[in-house]
Amino acid sequence: MKVRASSLCFAIAAATTLGFTGFANAQSGDKTSRTLEQVKARGSLSCGTNTGLAGFALPDDKGNWTGIDVDLCRAISAAIFNDPNKIKFVPLTAKDRFTALQSGEIDVLSRNGTWTQSREADLGLLWTGVNYYDGQGFMVRKKLNVSSAMELSGASVCVQQGTTTELNLADYFRSNNMKYEVVAFATANEAIKAYDSGRCDAYTTDQSGLYSERIKLTNADEHLVLPEVISKEPLGPAVRQGDDQWFNLVKWAHFVMLNAEELGITKANVDERLKSTVPEVRRLLGVEGDYGKALGLTPDWGFRIVKHVGNYGESFNRNLGEGSRLKIKRGLNALWNKGGLQYAPPVR
Amino acid sequence: MNDIASPGSSVRQVSVRQDIVPRTFVRSQVSPDLPPPLAVGGVIGWMRDNLFSSVFTSILTLLSLLFLYLHTPDLVRWLFIDAIWSAPDGDACRAPGAGACWAYVNAKLEFFAYGSYPRDMVWRVDLTLLIGAGLAAWLLWPSAKHKAAALVLFLVVYPVIAFHLLHGLGPGLRATLSWLADLFGSKPLADVAANTLPVVGTNLWGGVFVSLLVATVGIVVSLPLGVLLALGRRSKAPVARFLCVMLIEIVRGVPLITVLFMANTMLPLFVPEQWSPDRLMRPLIGVALFASVYMAEVVRGGLQAVPKGQFEGAMALGMSWWSMMRQIILPQALTIVIPGVVNSFIALFKDTTLVAIVGIFDFLRAVDTARLDPVWAGPTSSATGYVFAATFYFVFCFGMSRYSMMMERRLTRGRSH
Amino acid sequence: MSSAPAGAASQTEPPRTPFWRADWARGALWQALLLAAFVWLMWAAIDNASVNMRARGVPTDFGFWNRPAGFDINQTLVHFTSAGSTYGRAFTVGLLNTLLVAFFGIIIASVLGFLIGVARLSRNWMVARLATIYVEVIRNTPLLLQLLFWYNAVLAPLPNPRQSLELPGNIYLNNRGLFVPEPLFGAGFDWTLWALGIAIIAYYAVKRYAARLRVETTKRLPVGAIALGLIIGLPALAFLLAGAPLSWSTPVLRGFNFNGGVRIFPEFVALLLGLSLYTAAFIAEIVRAGVLSVSHGQSEAASALGLPRGRLLRLVVIPQAMRVIIPPLTNQYLNLTKNSSLAVFIGYPDLVQVFAGTVLNQTGAAVQVISITMAVYLVISLVTSAGMNLYNRRMALAER
Repeated sequence: MKVRASSLCFAIAAATTLGFTGFANAQSGDKTSRTLEQVKARGSLSCGTNTGLAGFALPDDKGNWTGIDVDLCRAISAAIFNDPNKIKFVPLTAKDRFTALQSGEIDVLSRNGTWTQSREADLGLLWTGVNYYDGQGFMVRKKLNVSSAMELSGASVCVQQGTTTELNLADYFRSNNMKYEVVAFATANEAIKAYDSGRCDAYTTDQSGLYSERIKLTNADEHLVLPEVISKEPLGPAVRQGDDQWFNLVKWAHFVMLNAEELGITKANVDERLKSTVPEVRRLLGVEGDYGKALGLTPDWGFRIVKHVGNYGESFNRNLGEGSRLKIKRGLNALWNKGGLQYAPPVR
Repeated sequence: MNDIASPGSSVRQVSVRQDIVPRTFVRSQVSPDLPPPLAVGGVIGWMRDNLFSSVFTSILTLLSLLFLYLHTPDLVRWLFIDAIWSAPDGDACRAPGAGACWAYVNAKLEFFAYGSYPRDMVWRVDLTLLIGAGLAAWLLWPSAKHKAAALVLFLVVYPVIAFHLLHGLGPGLRATLSWLADLFGSKPLADVAANTLPVVGTNLWGGVFVSLLVATVGIVVSLPLGVLLALGRRSKAPVARFLCVMLIEIVRGVPLITVLFMANTMLPLFVPEQWSPDRLMRPLIGVALFASVYMAEVVRGGLQAVPKGQFEGAMALGMSWWSMMRQIILPQALTIVIPGVVNSFIALFKDTTLVAIVGIFDFLRAVDTARLDPVWAGPTSSATGYVFAATFYFVFCFGMSRYSMMMERRLTRGRSH
Repeated sequence: MSSAPAGAASQTEPPRTPFWRADWARGALWQALLLAAFVWLMWAAIDNASVNMRARGVPTDFGFWNRPAGFDINQTLVHFTSAGSTYGRAFTVGLLNTLLVAFFGIIIASVLGFLIGVARLSRNWMVARLATIYVEVIRNTPLLLQLLFWYNAVLAPLPNPRQSLELPGNIYLNNRGLFVPEPLFGAGFDWTLWALGIAIIAYYAVKRYAARLRVETTKRLPVGAIALGLIIGLPALAFLLAGAPLSWSTPVLRGFNFNGGVRIFPEFVALLLGLSLYTAAFIAEIVRAGVLSVSHGQSEAASALGLPRGRLLRLVVIPQAMRVIIPPLTNQYLNLTKNSSLAVFIGYPDLVQVFAGTVLNQTGAAVQVISITMAVYLVISLVTSAGMNLYNRRMALAER
């Protein structure tokens, strides 16, 4: 120990300041100013996602994120940078998703979050729309011979704790005068594992989650999702209040994908459709008029989104629908003219 | 005792009866040789001594054998014979009767090691780990020279290098470089400034590397901080002592999970918003704090083991408190606590699994998340992942604990002369 | 230090130390600075927290405590419903569950730890080796991994409720837990309890009398038989006289699950198993070290006196080893209690899972909830170590 303590102390202090303030600086941001300018200056979009939910947000072996929530962030990135990959994905647990958005750590929260009154009013957030209409449901084993949630009296139900799901579950059984046993876990992953091992008769979460979890069970065919939907779960991206331009940008990124599907524009035919004479198509792809300017974007922002990410139907199909292993039907998420709820105002 | 006493007692009985003339036993010829013992040495003798020395131990041995007989074959079959060693996806592993899904571990090995760290840049992680391993070896090698220099390198220089390698060139350094480039109008230097070690956000970090990082940060911070806290606890200054004791006792009295919760949700509230620490930084702070108070107790043990004469001798020489500590006491105390420090590191490394609760992709979490991948999802792949993780932790921790025991033996050997 | 007396050697008056260089002044200055820094840090933290919390719409008061919880908990030692119970009640439920698992965990871990510690020193090679393997494997893998393993290992082989294993005495075992008949005490059962109390007091009286008798007359009384007769016979007599006021609520399969009876949850069993097996490995090492610390001469002397091995351990070695064992043992008990917070990973509703999990998420009152949780563990730790210190003082060597 020939080293003098004072020099040691100094060196430690120097190392701490030199090295680790970088961490704080790297992501500090003034949340009150315009988000878009910050994103442009930073050169990347900071997108809060789920830590891992198949179909919504999941990293693959290489660390590439896929999912319908991820695609929305990719659409925003494509509109701003003409590149769907300039994104920093921040995986967030249910517990700190909203704080991360409030504190300015992320620019947009696209983490299958349910749009509720208190979350907007109390937490100072805004939902820009609904990219997946969901509702809470139950999954049971087929051999229980249960065909309705009303027959679940006395059942054990596995659930993820600290979510609206847990509260809806309590409400549902209470209002129907049924008894049940709740088994609550910190993560959805643990809850589904317990259900799979037979600890519970039923597993409850949003219906999309039921389908995406079902394929991971030992024998997926032995399980059945009950028809009842016991809650409304409009899932969508959220932003902070107080930056209307950014709010509009996120909202319209989603609407462009919906309109593209409605107009039949896909990733494959978008170059060809630039020559289209249909006015709606021309406006959407930026051939006619400049609808990006007020959003702080280039005129071809719509084209960029479809070119890099595709339309809503493509994204749905790739992540959740027939093109994925989840095979979820469009249902409520079909376009309005196909019997669903997805309806986008026109670009005009 | 009874069997020894019995021949004698029969003699006594005989002698007590007055009517019979007492007899003595004197052998008149050599008695025949007894058969040789079954075996004193060799396998059988060893077994008799160590496995079947009494009825009770025999029963225990048989029970142990039965236990092994019942469980080993199934385990071997699951781990090796029925295991799927290579497969393109999880279908083979999902088939009924399939054993361990090693193909899945193989496919996800990179993810387990690095998380989502960009694959073309993992050399940065490898290099950091290599430097760290080299320094650790230097510090822990019993007969290595210049350990003080190694300690400074490990505690001061290494964190800086590691930060720039892992996270990317710090903004300050990058700015300096580009300023230099502007000054000299040098294009290559400007390129270097812009492109060397691009920033890799901590959100991409994961796997074994993060587990090691958390544990290493814990140790690197806790060594100096632990020494300070231990000195503070033994200091005569009431304010310093009170603060140190309070901190140590509070943090030692609560579970790591709550410290992590606190670091994750409360720490960002306690600092001005623009200073809010990075998502990985928060558990690191929590773990470092947690490790420091335990280290303080280890160091305190070392301080108490330094003979009082050393303190008195140093004082008699008129040394100031700081130079006494630095030159006399701490070198001795820190040598004594090396096994304790290694044990803390083992405990810390095991505890890093808990950072998953605040959303950090440590090794165990990476195993858990990879399991979600629909391509591989299935019960055997999940179990295999856990077996793999358990083996990894065991090999690592067991190796470290052997080292710590070896050091302990060396130290006691040196002291008991 | 600088004011070392120059003594007779120096002719002149030693230079007076200016007060700012005197040790006491420097010490006081350092301490004042330290205190100021601490106070400033605290103040800054509180100030920032209040600003940040207001900005984020996070509640800053304890108003949530009395609001209805709205969620359910499966294992509750006190009455709890989603409709009527408050968040404060949820706290009580979580706390009691933590204490429950810690209490039984400590008992099992101690028994197991002592057995394994002794087994590691066994002369039976096989037993010693198995004990060593056990200790090394358990100590060198993370507790979290072990808990996940036990939870799945407990659940995997158990049948579903409709195919429950039926054990004698109306006990059922399935993957929802162990269902045991629950005793229902009728009027007059308190007489039995009174009788039991009297029997215990009587037992102590007999024991003292027997000890005195033995010292004075070397006569031995069959204390064991008398105690058995007293403690079983007296309450049984009272029970029968009161007209056997006891009935059983047996578990009955109804619908999905069993109703009635007492239920032991698999989460509880897995957590208990994981915690006790883990802590037992550490206790085993402590016991081994403690036994080895007793000097060889002690056991040799005892052997020379002809004590058989069992009594040698019980009467000579263990009492001395206990002095070495108790301080680290306290630490292990505290570790077990703190580690019970890992319950959150396997769905056992302990304090962290219920309070720092669900309640925190539903109310958003992070600072309050986490502070309360930490305070609870702190109090448990302090009380346990105070209790163990007391015991330690009684066991310590009486130095003369």
